[in-house]
Amino acid sequence: MADSTPLPSSEAPNDAAVEREATRRSRRSFLLLAATGLAGLGGWRWLVSRPTDDGVPWPLRRVLDANGQLAQEYFSNAHLAPVFPKAQARAPRVNGDIGLRSALDAAAWRLRVLGYAPAGPARAQEFTLADIQALPRVEMTTELKCIEGWSVVVSWAGARLSDFLQRYPLATDPRRSGLAPYVSLFTPDEQYYVGLDIESALHPQTLLCYEMNGQPLTPEHGAPLRLVTPLKYGIKHLKRIGTIAFLHQRPADYWAEQGYDWHAGH
Amino acid sequence: MKQLVEKHPLAIRWFHWVNFPVLALMIWSGIWIYWANDVYRLGWGHTTLLKFFPKSFYQAFHIDHKLAQGMAWHFVLMWVFALNGLLYVAYTLISGEWRALLPSRHSFAEAWQVVRHDLGLRQEPLPARKFNGAQQIAYTAVILMGAGSLLTGLAIYKPTQLAWLTTALGGYEWARAEHFILTIGYVLFFVVHIAQVVRAGWNNFRAMLAGFEVVEVPPPAPLPAAQPASASSITPPLSA
Repeated sequence: MADSTPLPSSEAPNDAAVEREATRRSRRSFLLLAATGLAGLGGWRWLVSRPTDDGVPWPLRRVLDANGQLAQEYFSNAHLAPVFPKAQARAPRVNGDIGLRSALDAAAWRLRVLGYAPAGPARAQEFTLADIQALPRVEMTTELKCIEGWSVVVSWAGARLSDFLQRYPLATDPRRSGLAPYVSLFTPDEQYYVGLDIESALHPQTLLCYEMNGQPLTPEHGAPLRLVTPLKYGIKHLKRIGTIAFLHQRPADYWAEQGYDWHAGH
Repeated sequence: MKQLVEKHPLAIRWFHWVNFPVLALMIWSGIWIYWANDVYRLGWGHTTLLKFFPKSFYQAFHIDHKLAQGMAWHFVLMWVFALNGLLYVAYTLISGEWRALLPSRHSFAEAWQVVRHDLGLRQEPLPARKFNGAQQIAYTAVILMGAGSLLTGLAIYKPTQLAWLTTALGGYEWARAEHFILTIGYVLFFVVHIAQVVRAGWNNFRAMLAGFEVVEVPPPAPLPAAQPASASSITPPLSA
């Protein structure tokens, strides 16, 4: 352009040519935008119309599970939730009583554990609260995080699930010495149930908890024994544990069935 | 005479227009999540100037009881938001576009002039550059905000595995508040951005879509050696 020599008469036709080119390119770009927008809209409509997998369209569920697997790659027992001074501890809100609606008979309560048996019938073993309390006592003041978005510092005491499993090796298959990949917990009435990955279950901050803020657990907070793990949202902190089962397949999870992330992991 | 001048590279236009619906859906799913614990407000003591959000807002847009869907969408689209942002930053660095975007030490004084100009307090024309100081600051700030959203988002997504990050951001509750404040920041950015785009007009807007602007340029000066006789006769009046 710079080295061409314009003629006096060339200006107007040149402007017209520029305008024509501008119109052509604009039209092309707007059509592309419209087509892309429609494709995006179509993709979105396709997504939301997919059959649901536990409450969410299956492609979203796939991504949630992929996120969970990816997070597992970075997971480490050395990554610990921050701990706080005991004086900061507060009583958490009681959020729901599913699985706790029947009266608790503390004397008759037993923890039932179904050992890992991928190929055969599970070995069931029962424990009293005294059995759990005989394990090394761990106190920990951590933040309880509700999936709703609030959090509160609570002081817990109990036995590490990993210590329990070291004393009672129920997560391993005695014949093949393999470790169960999953843990299922449910309340005695089986109305509330959660699933955990074994890594989270064996983390040093995952407790079979019997005390909250220096007092034995009250029924609404999960007496006599509940799960506490700062690796998961509060929805996984199952209260009044009835049964713990070590499984080969990913177990059902009450809130995951309502559309939440099965991992719900921190 | 008129001329097409290339303004925004194709890649930047794609990043920009992909980001628009993705960020909108991130904010929307974020509101679904936020509803379940809607504790933030503007105010002090018992005085509340603005509650985030009023009940009427939730009702008008059916925000309530969508926590699970909100989280599902948020944790899917976060990938698109993050990848698009990272690709944009990488592209500006590799292509050299960052030179037009990054504020210089003059940008802040210039941004003040732009503000005064836009409020009608200053008559002098704005600098005729691709991005003036105010734009450089705004467009760089919004990228830093995007990085902030990713970091605060990660901090509340994995507060145990990434405890160092959550702690560095002031803890779990602060990270959530920061994540929210950044989102309010996008909304404010959007309002000003739309107002400025409307003000700047069609030519400017079209450049973000089609890439070019039509500008008035003086015709190239004739080569003196080639046609000295006609040189004076073709000098048009400068129009711009």
